[in-house]
Amino acid sequence: MATRALLPEPEPRVDTRESLLAVPGIHCAGCMAKIENGLPRVTGIESARVNMDAKRVAIRHDPALSPPELKAALARLGFEAEPLADPGVDVAAAENRSLLRALAVAGFAAMNIMLLSVSVWSGAEGATRQMFHWLSALIALPTVAYAGLPFFRSAWAALRQRRTNMDVPISIGVLLTTGMSLYETATGGAHAWFDGAVMLLFFLLAGRCLDGLMRSRARAGVAALLKQTAPGALVLDGTGQSRWTKADALRPGMRMLVAAGERLAADGRVLSGDSGLDISFLTGESAPVRVRTGDAVQAGALNVAAPLTVEVTAAGADTVIADIARLMEEAGQGKSRYVRLADRAARWYAPCVHLLAALSFAGWMIAGAGLHQSLLIAVAVLLITCPCALGLAVPAAQVVACGALMRQGVLVKDGSALERLAETTEAVFDKTGTLTLGRPVPRHLDRLDAEDRSILLALAQASRHPLSTALRQALEAQGVRPAALGAIREVPGEGLFAEHSGVPVSLARPRSLITLFELASEYRHGADVHLLPFTDAIRPDAAETLAALRSAGLKTLIASGDRPEALEEIARATGTTAIGRLRPADKLALIDRLKAQGQKVLMVGDGLNDGPALAAGHASMAPASASDASQLTADIVFLGDRLAPVAIALRAARRTVRVVKQNFALAIGYNALAVPLAIAGKVTPLVAAVAMSLSSLVVIANALRLKGAAK
Amino acid sequence: MTGLTLLIPLALGCGLMGLAAFFWAMRSGQFDDMQGAAMRMLDDGEEG
Repeated sequence: MATRALLPEPEPRVDTRESLLAVPGIHCAGCMAKIENGLPRVTGIESARVNMDAKRVAIRHDPALSPPELKAALARLGFEAEPLADPGVDVAAAENRSLLRALAVAGFAAMNIMLLSVSVWSGAEGATRQMFHWLSALIALPTVAYAGLPFFRSAWAALRQRRTNMDVPISIGVLLTTGMSLYETATGGAHAWFDGAVMLLFFLLAGRCLDGLMRSRARAGVAALLKQTAPGALVLDGTGQSRWTKADALRPGMRMLVAAGERLAADGRVLSGDSGLDISFLTGESAPVRVRTGDAVQAGALNVAAPLTVEVTAAGADTVIADIARLMEEAGQGKSRYVRLADRAARWYAPCVHLLAALSFAGWMIAGAGLHQSLLIAVAVLLITCPCALGLAVPAAQVVACGALMRQGVLVKDGSALERLAETTEAVFDKTGTLTLGRPVPRHLDRLDAEDRSILLALAQASRHPLSTALRQALEAQGVRPAALGAIREVPGEGLFAEHSGVPVSLARPRSLITLFELASEYRHGADVHLLPFTDAIRPDAAETLAALRSAGLKTLIASGDRPEALEEIARATGTTAIGRLRPADKLALIDRLKAQGQKVLMVGDGLNDGPALAAGHASMAPASASDASQLTADIVFLGDRLAPVAIALRAARRTVRVVKQNFALAIGYNALAVPLAIAGKVTPLVAAVAMSLSSLVVIANALRLKGAAK
Repeated sequence: MTGLTLLIPLALGCGLMGLAAFFWAMRSGQFDDMQGAAMRMLDDGEEG
């Protein structure tokens, strides 16, 4: 490739590639039209298609176009975009689709069999009843084989490991009922239970589908926020040409060019350049670290000031980031051993039910009822006790609660997260980015007069430097209008310079003061000079939220990688003990120590340095501004500047678990009423159908009370 | 009885048709981007 001609030959159009970019800013039909019509005008781009749900754009383009060029093309249209790595096969989405297909089949079959059953119940007799039974069998057998597969598979997997779960009684119930009904149909019996078996599958699949849809919706929300950290870098070859190289093709010894605003794709050593690196993802410190020739730099760091040339020392699996990822993987293994509430209930429920069915079979045999009669009664007991309401009890409550939380900007990634959150006894918070906003906020703006503020806003609007952005947000929030400026120019590394009614004004790097621990910039208006210090502001409701958690019975603790001096203020403001200078492995050790003391830890953190602790916590939460890895690891992600969602989620989780337990009680209460009827042999298919629908409706109605849980 | 031999297959056929339509819609990705589809119809399509 090194000898490639400078002007690439026009390639045939067949040879195109598809790239995926995350564009969080798409929100209306106008955005969509702008992207889909605007991108194909760029040379090399053939077509673009927006997916609104996932907030993604799929671009079909010439392979010569690199991800940064695509990103720039979108930026020209006014959209911030981040290239996504190859999405691969979405396993969860495929599973959801197959569940939905099973639900459709079960729904179709349940309706048609019910149609036939109603005519049998209204008095069809003789040959007509016989024909209706056969027709029902014809519909039910393939349906049970297809729609029942998810349950049979999971039950089989549990049985092979000598465990039992909710799917074991379901599978046994469905199979026995179908088998018995087939026998009845073949021998011309009066009752067939096909409708019951298929309806049961339909209700249970509805619960499973709801559960799956909720999870994939939350996951799509998180994925849209994810910023892929540097999928590659511009690599200089021997002749001074630069070439875009994917992160997995980077090798030690290569030289990469890192522009300001880009993330490093590999660990390395600075060859030339003088810049600031934002390594908050690693240390939790918000101020950029200055790097010069010879300094070591880590993959994932954000270059904030000037371009750097970096020699790669480690890439891929050898980088510091990859080490942390391995630590997280090991720490997360404990969580997969958690047994969900429904399965814990099934542990004693399933043996009880099976014992009851066996006992009623034996009882009727001893009473001399004959094999056929006894078996029919045993099947009726199984069908009545089949955990239809029980299977809906958990997902229905969790879906309603998660929906309510989602409207409040809290994304719950899976139902068991709510169960675990409700059990936590101690909350550990990271500082930077979690208790604080993790971005600079200007102080002392009130010392400026109205004119200076409007000039400052006009200056800040002209640049995309992080400090300018912070100024702009703060001033716009105060309702300041920008002043009219002339001759605005931005000098990289220096600042912004302009004129206001003939007087030179500027927003620039401080000349005099060397700020060691603080970010600052300097505003000059003629001869007036104002220093504008920036601090990482504490989230507005951090103190109240921690107090709310304490009054809910949780202990609180702050664990940070920051200097102990930097923690003093926040510890005092929130009234919480703080521990400083913790490395990722130290945080993990802290969580393990608390666990050993019998605490169930809720970890709230954002940085990559919190990753292992997030994975090890009994439950974990991360703000939407967190690093990718943390958002992927955390059970719950919350949006916005407020910390209140932590307390809201805890309250909602506790209420959800309460409702789930009520639902269990309701389901068991219904069984206590219906089982004696079944054992007495008084349950006909009609009674079973009515009882089953009724108990499901009661459970769903109770779950709907959670609609306002996230208040 | 003669009515039944006509009506039952008819009812089942209608149901099966609905089921097949649902499967087809899912396979062709019509549920992948529900919000997008709702907004796409507002696009005037200046250049198709």
